[in-house]
Amino acid sequence: MEAKTKDLWVFIETNDDGTAKNVGLELLGAGRGLAEKQGGKLVGVVIGNSADEAVKSATAFGADTVIVVDGKEYGHYTTDAYAKAMYTLVEKYGPTSILIGATNNGRDLGPRLSCRLKTGLTADCTSLAIDEESGNVAWTRPAFGGNLMATILCPDNRPQIGTVRPGVFKKADIDETRKAEVIKEDIHVSANEIRTELLEIIHEAAGELVDLEGAEIIVSGGRGVGGPEGFKPIKELAAVLGATVGASRAAVDAGWIGHSHQVGQTGKTVGPKLYIACGISGAIQHVAGMSSSKTIIAINKDETAPIFNVADYAIVGDLFEILPILTAEIKKLKA
Amino acid sequence: MNMLVCIKQVPDTTEIRIDPVKNTLIRDGVPSIVNPFDAYALELAARIKDTDPSAKIVLLSMGPEQAKVALKECLAVGGDKAYLVTDRCFGGSDTLATSYILSSAIKNIEEIEGKFDIIFCGKQAIDGDTAQVGPEIAEHLGYPQVTYAIEASVVDGKVKVKKEVEEGFEIIGSKMPCLVTVTKPNFDPRYPSIKSKMAANRAEIGVIVCDDMPNIDRERIGLKGSPTKVKKTFTPPVKSGGAKIHEDSNEATAKKLFATLVADGII
Repeated sequence: MEAKTKDLWVFIETNDDGTAKNVGLELLGAGRGLAEKQGGKLVGVVIGNSADEAVKSATAFGADTVIVVDGKEYGHYTTDAYAKAMYTLVEKYGPTSILIGATNNGRDLGPRLSCRLKTGLTADCTSLAIDEESGNVAWTRPAFGGNLMATILCPDNRPQIGTVRPGVFKKADIDETRKAEVIKEDIHVSANEIRTELLEIIHEAAGELVDLEGAEIIVSGGRGVGGPEGFKPIKELAAVLGATVGASRAAVDAGWIGHSHQVGQTGKTVGPKLYIACGISGAIQHVAGMSSSKTIIAINKDETAPIFNVADYAIVGDLFEILPILTAEIKKLKA
Repeated sequence: MNMLVCIKQVPDTTEIRIDPVKNTLIRDGVPSIVNPFDAYALELAARIKDTDPSAKIVLLSMGPEQAKVALKECLAVGGDKAYLVTDRCFGGSDTLATSYILSSAIKNIEEIEGKFDIIFCGKQAIDGDTAQVGPEIAEHLGYPQVTYAIEASVVDGKVKVKKEVEEGFEIIGSKMPCLVTVTKPNFDPRYPSIKSKMAANRAEIGVIVCDDMPNIDRERIGLKGSPTKVKKTFTPPVKSGGAKIHEDSNEATAKKLFATLVADGII
């Protein structure tokens, strides 16, 4: 389809309680510069149930216009309802570009939407720019398990769509005095159009929750922890830092810790502010999942471990002696 | 129960090295494997077949002739039939074109094998990492989809899927036919037996070329049918050596680490 405007849209994913997920607000921060270069408005698209809070957040974090689709059927994400709502909006307004957070739901929705629109989608981007020659969005993303970066253009089809990794971009400074034009769109999806049904939610109990993608600090253990009980000092350090516990594939495959903790190619891709790798050798499949962390501390006995190639702090020594001292010192500092 | 599992043959990305001089990927000599997520998808299908021996599992791959090796490997693990869709004119297809070709091939195969109740795909392939082809096949076929599955069963004519979400798991029921993409479950895929390997080696693999699909729109395949274009590729910048801390004792190392982190404002 042809773009009807030069506007850049950001999909503001909502939680079941109608608040905005962080990633959508981050993408408003990333989208501002792109929208200006494209010569259009920055539009937040909120889909949810009783989503007034999300509309407020989208406004406060920089949207010029907020398009909102509100309804009970959008309370919990379903592919069918969200794809229909987004498709209907895009048909009506014709934006030139759309950014979607690369959450599980975003990566479920993105290909469904782009395929219906017969346009291009670039998945899991880590960097965005405007291509100087053509004025298209230049979407940059890792491939081959992080061994290669590719910059992708979608020159002839509109809208150009990308999913963008959470935690890569920063939110703009909050400004609760900002005003945005709010457009309410009445789009409803009947029950029989939604072909999937949520039967049960199994949320991990507080403390058990493994939200690696959203974590600011991750403390991970690998083969070097030696066994399930070897995760004890790792969990203790994580507790004082308010961190999430991660693991390498070696530790997960050995059955020392659940797969939901796994960081790497067949696990989660993470980008926390601080990543502490303990007893992890640094196989490429692990590094692919954590190399975009802002600061990396690696603790390993083996001075030649490849993990040290990506570490900002390379700590050579025994994690079982180092971690308890570090934990105690941090505890004292925070006391 | 009639199930289709999509299989991609991929380079083993854990074996890929960077040429330190040219700063490019060294792909020569890198072994080809079955995409691990596709192996998990096959395992979920095989588990449904375990409970319903009348169920059938058909395998489909798109790629060069060499991809037959991956299909045979999967036949040995748990497939009844296998098809390869292959043609020079498919070269350069992005995910939209690839999913269009696969969905066209699925319609062809259904004329022989009957309609599929569930189509399983891996969450993503480990070379492209896009996670797009599965949902796009579902869209081309107009089927519901459930992504990030780690378990699947058939209950009262519906597929019941345990899927991974950021906060834990959800149990989703879906009408059939549907498409399910699979991430790493808590169990390992089964191994083939010597006997099943030998049978798979002898198995005939159905080949589908572009001309076999008279209804396919040739404007929508290959480079021409691909809205996304690769502008450039590059290897990610390597981090220059970080600060090394290696004191005479672990205690001294730990204390120095703590002091450094505090001084640098990390904690």
